[in-house]
Amino acid sequence: MLLRATLLRLATMSVTLVGAAVVVFFVIRVVPGNPIAMMLPPGATEDDIARLTAHYGLDKSIIEQFGIWLGGVFRGDFGTSISLRQPVMPLVLGRLPATLELAIFALVIAVVIGGALALTGVRYRATRTETAIDVANGVGLSIPDFLWALILIVLFGVLMPVFHISGRISPSLDLPFVTQFYVFESILRLRFDLWWDLLKHMFMPALALAIPLAAIISQLLKQSLKETMHLDYVTLSRTKGYGENHVIISEALPNAVLPTLTLIGVQFTFLIGGTVIIERLFSYEGLGNMAIDAVINRDLPLIQGIVIVFALLFTVINLVVDMTYALLNPRLRHA
Amino acid sequence: MKQVSRRTVLKGTAAAMAISAFAGPALAQGIEELVIAYNVNLPSWDPTVGPSAVNPTIQGIYQSVFDQFILQQPDLSPAPGLLTEWGWNDDKTKVMMKVREGVTWHDGSPFTAEDVAWSLTRAADEKTGNPIQFIWSTLGNIKAEGNMVTADVTRFEPTIFKWMYFLTGYVLPKAYYEKVGADGFEAAPIGTGPYMVDKFERNAFVRLKANPNYWGGKPEFESVTIKFVTDSASRVAEIESGNAHVTLEMPYEEYDRLKGGNGIMGTAAPISDIGMIFLNDIDVMLDPNVRKAAAMSIDKKLIIDRLLSGYGVPIDTLQTPEYIAYDSSIKVPYDPEKAKKLLGASGYSPENPVKFKIQTTRGFKPKDYEIIQAIAGLWRKIGIEAEIEVYEIAKHYELRAADQLAPAAFYNWGNSVGDPTTSTGFAMFGPSPHSVWDGQDLIDMIGPLWGEADEDKRIAGWKDVDRYIAENALVIPLLQYVQPILHIEGVKVTPHASGSLLPHLMTRAK
Repeated sequence: MLLRATLLRLATMSVTLVGAAVVVFFVIRVVPGNPIAMMLPPGATEDDIARLTAHYGLDKSIIEQFGIWLGGVFRGDFGTSISLRQPVMPLVLGRLPATLELAIFALVIAVVIGGALALTGVRYRATRTETAIDVANGVGLSIPDFLWALILIVLFGVLMPVFHISGRISPSLDLPFVTQFYVFESILRLRFDLWWDLLKHMFMPALALAIPLAAIISQLLKQSLKETMHLDYVTLSRTKGYGENHVIISEALPNAVLPTLTLIGVQFTFLIGGTVIIERLFSYEGLGNMAIDAVINRDLPLIQGIVIVFALLFTVINLVVDMTYALLNPRLRHA
Repeated sequence: MKQVSRRTVLKGTAAAMAISAFAGPALAQGIEELVIAYNVNLPSWDPTVGPSAVNPTIQGIYQSVFDQFILQQPDLSPAPGLLTEWGWNDDKTKVMMKVREGVTWHDGSPFTAEDVAWSLTRAADEKTGNPIQFIWSTLGNIKAEGNMVTADVTRFEPTIFKWMYFLTGYVLPKAYYEKVGADGFEAAPIGTGPYMVDKFERNAFVRLKANPNYWGGKPEFESVTIKFVTDSASRVAEIESGNAHVTLEMPYEEYDRLKGGNGIMGTAAPISDIGMIFLNDIDVMLDPNVRKAAAMSIDKKLIIDRLLSGYGVPIDTLQTPEYIAYDSSIKVPYDPEKAKKLLGASGYSPENPVKFKIQTTRGFKPKDYEIIQAIAGLWRKIGIEAEIEVYEIAKHYELRAADQLAPAAFYNWGNSVGDPTTSTGFAMFGPSPHSVWDGQDLIDMIGPLWGEADEDKRIAGWKDVDRYIAENALVIPLLQYVQPILHIEGVKVTPHASGSLLPHLMTRAK
């Protein structure tokens, strides 16, 4: 049953990706802005514009351009970036690990903070501690991530300059990396000096992304836990004499966590989307930062490549979340 | 519950201030590696092809690594560079260039006249994709002999030597480029410039090291890291925290807040960028009374003082004082009463206003939208009702190329070469895709100036054009921009009027 559902999801994924490809291709050509006009300085003539337009194949009809592009995609060729003058896919895949590392780190922070707040809130329910946690959740949710970024920059970048404000790694450090997964690789190579430097660069953008998500996780998990705490089997545990901490963590949490897991999966895709602005603010060399440059430069092939990779990422995450949920929830597994 | 006492708060604040002071930019004296928080990314290392070749904000990085044919000094005037002498023959059918001797490329190989000839030939070749190919192709049959380079003038272009210190006017290494190819050059670029590329992380930073053999003398800082920090708030934080020694292009309010305090100094000098309003000769803009009223009802000084904290120079022509054809006698007075009368003569008044659309970007240049809002307010008082439409800069380019701008459209025009052809010329010559003013009278005035070989006559001709434009209000020049640069007090920064931030012009403050 699970296999059938997975195959169905894979088919849906393919349709989604093709749909995303079609939409992005046509939409970015309807959006105002001519990359050729932006490339040429004062003094260019109509002939110059025509020459460069033909050079980039933008003189063909949109349908022809789409056909050429789609043909290339099937051969694994996503075209050449207009602004960077390099093949699109190596550029995009080169930046993807940075964004993934940032998003995963942010997710870990969000889960740790959100989980801790929820458990504390339930442990000390109906006290000032719970009220304080509710207020903190409210603040975390009501301030958007980009504003958190600015607050963190002032706090930990300027007033107490503990973390780095921009970039992914200090320019003075050697980069013995083979892959673009710097954090992963620095641990494998036991280069903790690099790892520490990476962490100091990644902490603020990750925390900015994590705070709103932590608040959401905290709220939902706390609510689920509170509901579970009233169930008979939990009451039974209490009557057996188990302590409150044991009851919450060992008895209530495994059941209460399921809706939160689904939420984390869905929110992770939003979190990846959020990296676009956050990477820009922290000059973090990920895919989001590259996406903004591509849009500013009206770099059509690069925008298309980035969108396709983002779409693929979102669908894969959704698939993984669904499968994980099915595996964890026996009722769904046998449905 | 533990109470937080006043003493605890004070202790915490003192600790934070101590950390801040320790890590702050006051530690400037012993800079080993100069760090610059730059406002743009560097997409590509070839300064002669692709979109980055015509992006003025990137030229400062290129000029750190590559030399241009001719050196441009901070006041925009030319000086000997890789070419020590240059000029035309008497009948201006040939150009001659004398190449500097004793210069080496970053890989140690000698720089020769062959490199100059090859760079010029390559730039003129359509196939290389040089966006200024139409200028370089005015030279043909380019030959190197000894330390001399000669070329035939295929079409006389009076500004050809000015382009040699302008966009794409760079000399690249012939032998090295042919050996490694375009990709190899992109991966390991070399030039003859003051700095050599040590390490480059796209979208992140470039680390430069001083060229010990630089013909202009080894630059002061042995190592320079240029971090690409595109967000202005982050750039401010970089210098405030001491992570960077120099940064540029921040809001003027932030500039005022930071300069002169905590070891941070400021430099704000006029650059070659101007803010202007294109007028399209359609609809109500065909009425000279409307145009003149619109021009003379703008209090430029007030706008600069109120919106740009006083950082800007009001201008009345498309030439700034640093440009060669600047004529200080060309003035458009601020006279709202006269503007009212002019509108009245055409039947308009505050009660019966003339209506048109004005387009503007929002956030592309400092306070661009707010400036247009203020202008619309000033216009409203005299009988002009302007509807503001916000668009992206890419849309502006597209509309301008298609001659479809609204009757009025705000724009920023850069002209670091300082020649009237690249300011008034392309902005106001109807057949140019960059102009939306198509009046035949102006076309007739400008036409003969393109190929004018007599330099004095040419410049005088452009001054006449500027006067005619001002008298008839064919465009509304507003202001010359001022570039804010923040730096720690241990570094002396020499601003360049082109707007390029050049590390080799930075020294340790004595």
